[in-house]
Amino acid sequence: MARRCPTCEGSHTCHRGSLRSNKARDLVVRRAVLKLIADNLAVDRGDRRVFAGLSFSLESGNALVVTGPNGVGKSSLLRTLAGLVSLSEGSLNLHGAQSERSVAEHTHYFGHQSAVKPALSVKENLAFWRDFTTPAQVSNFDPKEYVAQGILEELGIGHTSELPAAYLSAGQTRRLAVARLFVSPRPIWLLDEPTSALDANSEAQLIDLMNDHLRRGGMIVTATHTPLSLSPLQSLHLEALSIDDLAPLEEIG
Amino acid sequence: MSSWALSLFQRELRLAVRVGGGALVGVLFFLAVVTVIPFGVGPDLNLLARIGPAILWIGALLATLLGLDRLFQADRDDGSLDLILMAGRPLELVVLIKCLAHWMATGLPLVAAAPVLAIFLNLEPTAIGAVTLTLAAGTPALTLIGAIGASLTVTLRRGGLLLAVLVIPLTIPVLIFGVSAADAAVNDPVPFMTPFLILCALSLISLVVGPFASAAALRFSSD
Repeated sequence: MARRCPTCEGSHTCHRGSLRSNKARDLVVRRAVLKLIADNLAVDRGDRRVFAGLSFSLESGNALVVTGPNGVGKSSLLRTLAGLVSLSEGSLNLHGAQSERSVAEHTHYFGHQSAVKPALSVKENLAFWRDFTTPAQVSNFDPKEYVAQGILEELGIGHTSELPAAYLSAGQTRRLAVARLFVSPRPIWLLDEPTSALDANSEAQLIDLMNDHLRRGGMIVTATHTPLSLSPLQSLHLEALSIDDLAPLEEIG
Repeated sequence: MSSWALSLFQRELRLAVRVGGGALVGVLFFLAVVTVIPFGVGPDLNLLARIGPAILWIGALLATLLGLDRLFQADRDDGSLDLILMAGRPLELVVLIKCLAHWMATGLPLVAAAPVLAIFLNLEPTAIGAVTLTLAAGTPALTLIGAIGASLTVTLRRGGLLLAVLVIPLTIPVLIFGVSAADAAVNDPVPFMTPFLILCALSLISLVVGPFASAAALRFSSD
């Protein structure tokens, strides 16, 4: 079944799926503003159209929350932005990016899986991703420098750094996965249900870290069912196209 | 070698030798296959010496296939493969380094065990040396060809059997020239170098083709 986006939530008006922030953006003069522009995206997985006609733009320092019912294509959208699912139609551009790198190489993907190897120690897990992932430096993104142990301490799992990751609880494993975002800075974070398996404290801490990332000129695109207090916040609501909406298309076809 | 490559190599080696890594599974399987054959064939020492190199080579081929299905699947299962694909490193080199580490952990022990197991098969010293040398030159080709199969079957839950079916036909030239080089070392007047150099060439070809084909297959796997 074809699905089409988007209708926006909130009081602001929306036109053809383009998004405008509902908060007044701080007017900081920036050299080359980092801007992610998605134009008329369509994605097929297998033979099934997941979504079509999806457009949005997101500027440096903003978060985009993607909401919608299960199976509507939120995760597919994030995986598309991460370059893991190829576009069937439309284009994805990042203004102000390093020209020799793809959009995906400016992003951190934080999915349902934590990419943690149980046989390696916590420190070895993190050190590998630090060395292996290329950091992406762009002009108006100023990430906080973290050493591996520093971010583990900050996330409250510093004492586990020598232990095999197999001994970590689900929440601790999740926090180790979060730590990966900080050791190799990239401006765009793609977070798929970032707060799952986290307790209330960890969740609040993660939201603080996410807000800090936004203040430093980063961007966040997140798919979530729990409301996250991020600011400035844009939202994108994906809805399945109903059968009534499909009917005229079939007549044309 | 740059630091990311070294970091990847160390990670792969650590994962292979630690719990659940399976570095020793291959060599234990090799031991099992080679020790069972004399019981099946019977105590004919001349016959064993004649078919010895072939048994060692077939054992090594099967032992190599045993661990290959996890080469990329282990990374796919926990989401690491997605991050590896978007890390911004050349995927062909990533595959090559993973294969190198995999060979160090599983292929090299087979080469090291071959001289010991060759004694069970009544091989004479020249033949022991020859079969060990051909295994050292040929097993990297098995790993690299197998990597193509491993990346093609990475999305399948039980890809191990399909991997064997895909990979075994491609490894037959390696097997033929490996065994004939080892035989040539003992049986005059056949020259040893001719099949041995072809074996080396097969390894070098798979060194180039393997990583490129495997990386191309992995790029499609994430969809």
